[in-house]
Amino acid sequence: MGIEVRAVTKRFGEFTALSDVDLSVPSGELTALLGPSGGGKSTLLRIIGGLEDPDSGSVEIDGVDATRVPAQRRNVGFVFQHYAAFKHLTVFRNVAFGLEIRRRPKDEIRRTVGELLELVHLEQFADRLPSQLSGGQRQRMALARALATQPRVLLLDEPFGALDAQVRKELRDWLRRLHDEMHVTTLFVTHDREEALEVSDRLVVINSGRIEQVGSPTELYDKPSNDFVMSFLGPVTRLDGRLVRPHDIDIFTEPADGAVRGTVLRLQRIGFEVRAELEAGASRPWVQLTRGQAESLRIAAGTTVWLRAAAGASTLDAPAQEEPVPVPA
Amino acid sequence: MCCSAGWPAVVSLLPGPPAVDAPAARPRRGRSRAGRWLLRGVAVLYIGILVAVPLALVFQRTIADGADAFWDAISAPDAVHAFTVTAEIALVAVAINTVFGLGVALLLARYRFAGRRLFNVLLDIPVSVSPIVVGLALVLVYGPTQGWFGPSLSNAGVQVIFALPGMVLATCFVSLPLVVRELVPVLQEEGLDQEVAARSLGANSWQRFVRITLPTIRWALAYGVVLSLARAIGEYGAVRVVSGDVIGQTQTATLRVGDLAEQGEPGDYQIALVLVLFAILCIVGISLLRPKEKKS
Repeated sequence: MGIEVRAVTKRFGEFTALSDVDLSVPSGELTALLGPSGGGKSTLLRIIGGLEDPDSGSVEIDGVDATRVPAQRRNVGFVFQHYAAFKHLTVFRNVAFGLEIRRRPKDEIRRTVGELLELVHLEQFADRLPSQLSGGQRQRMALARALATQPRVLLLDEPFGALDAQVRKELRDWLRRLHDEMHVTTLFVTHDREEALEVSDRLVVINSGRIEQVGSPTELYDKPSNDFVMSFLGPVTRLDGRLVRPHDIDIFTEPADGAVRGTVLRLQRIGFEVRAELEAGASRPWVQLTRGQAESLRIAAGTTVWLRAAAGASTLDAPAQEEPVPVPA
Repeated sequence: MCCSAGWPAVVSLLPGPPAVDAPAARPRRGRSRAGRWLLRGVAVLYIGILVAVPLALVFQRTIADGADAFWDAISAPDAVHAFTVTAEIALVAVAINTVFGLGVALLLARYRFAGRRLFNVLLDIPVSVSPIVVGLALVLVYGPTQGWFGPSLSNAGVQVIFALPGMVLATCFVSLPLVVRELVPVLQEEGLDQEVAARSLGANSWQRFVRITLPTIRWALAYGVVLSLARAIGEYGAVRVVSGDVIGQTQTATLRVGDLAEQGEPGDYQIALVLVLFAILCIVGISLLRPKEKKS
C-alpha cells in the first residue's frame, strides 16, 4: 500500500530529469524528497500526482496502477509552492472546490469545509478572498483545500519555499502535528535539509535524477551511503583522507592512538559554538566544539594538537580529488 | 498578489484609481508647475478638438432639430430596419469573435507551436488594413459571379456578398483581434497554477474552463467584447462594399447615416447620436463595473 514508483524515467528534451527511479512510500507516513534544485524531486512528485507523464515506468497508488490515470481522477491532494489559490473565490469556496466538483450535498460541504477551516485555524477568514490573506494563511488554505476531498495521498511541492523563515518554521511544526493527527500518506519536496530532517518520518535523497538513499532521518544522517548524502545532510570535513562530521572529531593536546598531528590555524566563535580550523598533513579540517570544550582544551591559534574521528562516528572515504570542503559561513 | 494584478491591458484603457502623488515626485512639483499646466492644457485641447467638440456638435445639432425630428428620424421604417440589421450583424459578429477570440487567446497564451509568431502578426492585419480593402478582398473571394468560391456557394443557394453573411464576415474581419488582444496578457500573467490546482482537485477541462479560466479573464473578456461591439456597430467601409447598401435590406445604421448625409436629407445626425450614445453607454458601463471588482 502507499505509493509504489517503479523504474520511472522522464526526459525533457536532452535533459534527463529522472532515470530509472524506484521508490516505495509506506502508507500513512510523512516522507520528504530532499535534494538540490534540478535534481528531479519535483518531477517525481508531479509524476506521482499525474501532472506529468513518465516516459517509462509505472506509478501505483494504494495498490492500483495509476500510471495512465489523469490527475483529476487520481484523488491526490496537491499543495504548490506558490499556493495556486483560486483568486476569485473566497477561502470557503476555495476549500469547497473539490467537493463542489464531486457534487456533494450542500450541508455536507458546509460541515466539511467548516471542520477543515478550524483545523487550519482559518475559520474566521472563511469569507475573505485569498488576496486578503498572508502567505502562511494562503498556504494553510491550500492545504485545507487539498485535504477536503480526503485524498489517498497528499503531495506538497516545496510548500514553505515562498514563506519567510519564521512562518516557515511555524508551518513546519504545524504540518508535523497535523500529520500526527490525520495520518494521510504524505510526500513533500524540499531542498531544505533542516526542514526534511525535522519533519519527516522518512527521507529520500534525490540527486541528478537518481535516488541516492532512503531511510529515517537518523539513519541517513548517521550512516550516509555516499559523500553526496553525507554532505547534503550536514556539515562535512576532511581528516586524514576520510570524510567526517566536524562535531565527530576529538581533539587531544597530547599524542593519542590513531590520531594525526595538526596545528590550530584559527578559532572562530559563533554563539555557543567554536569552530577550530586546523592544518593536519595534506588536509585542512575544521572541528566544531562547544565553548566549554574549547576552553578546557586551552587551544589557540598555533597550538599543536592531535585529531581523531570520535568513537562510533560515521566516516566515508574522501573522494580522490583533494577538493577543499569549505567552512560554512 | 492583488486581485487586480492581472489586468494591465484593461487598466490602461479605463479610468484608473485616483493618481497618487509618489513621494519621489514631490520635490519636482514646485519647479514644474507651469510645465504641468501646459501639458494639461495641451492634452485637454487635443482631446477637445479631436473628440469632444465634434461629438458635442452632433448633440447640439440633434437637440436644435427638436424632439419630433429625432423621433421621426429614428422611427422611420427604413431607420428601424437599419438599426435591426446593425444589431443582428453586431451580435452575430461579436458572438463569433468572442468564441474565436477565447480559443485563439488560449492557444497563444498556453501553447508554443510552429508558426506562432506569424499567426500573431496575421491576427493584427485586420485592424491595420483599410476596411475598404477588406471589403474588396471579400468580394474577390465570395463574389457570386467571379469570386473564388462564390459561384459554387451561390449555386448551392448561399448568398454571401450583398447579403447578411458577407456583412457578418466583414464585421468579424475588422474586429478580429480585439478580444484576443485583451485576453492574452491576462492569461499569460495568471499562468497555469490555478488550472493545475483545479485539475488535482478533480476538475475536468470543461469544469476548469468554466470555474477557473472564465472567472479569471471575465473583465478582460467583457472589455474585449465591448470593444468588438463598438467596432462592429461603427463599421462602415467593409460593410459598404460587401452589402450593396440596399435601403430596407442590407442598409445598416452607419450606412444610413452616410447615405442621408451624402444626399443632404434629414435624420443623419439623429441616427449618429444614437450610435454615439450606445458606444458611450458601453464604455461607461464597463468602467463602472470595474472598480467594484477591485474593491472586493
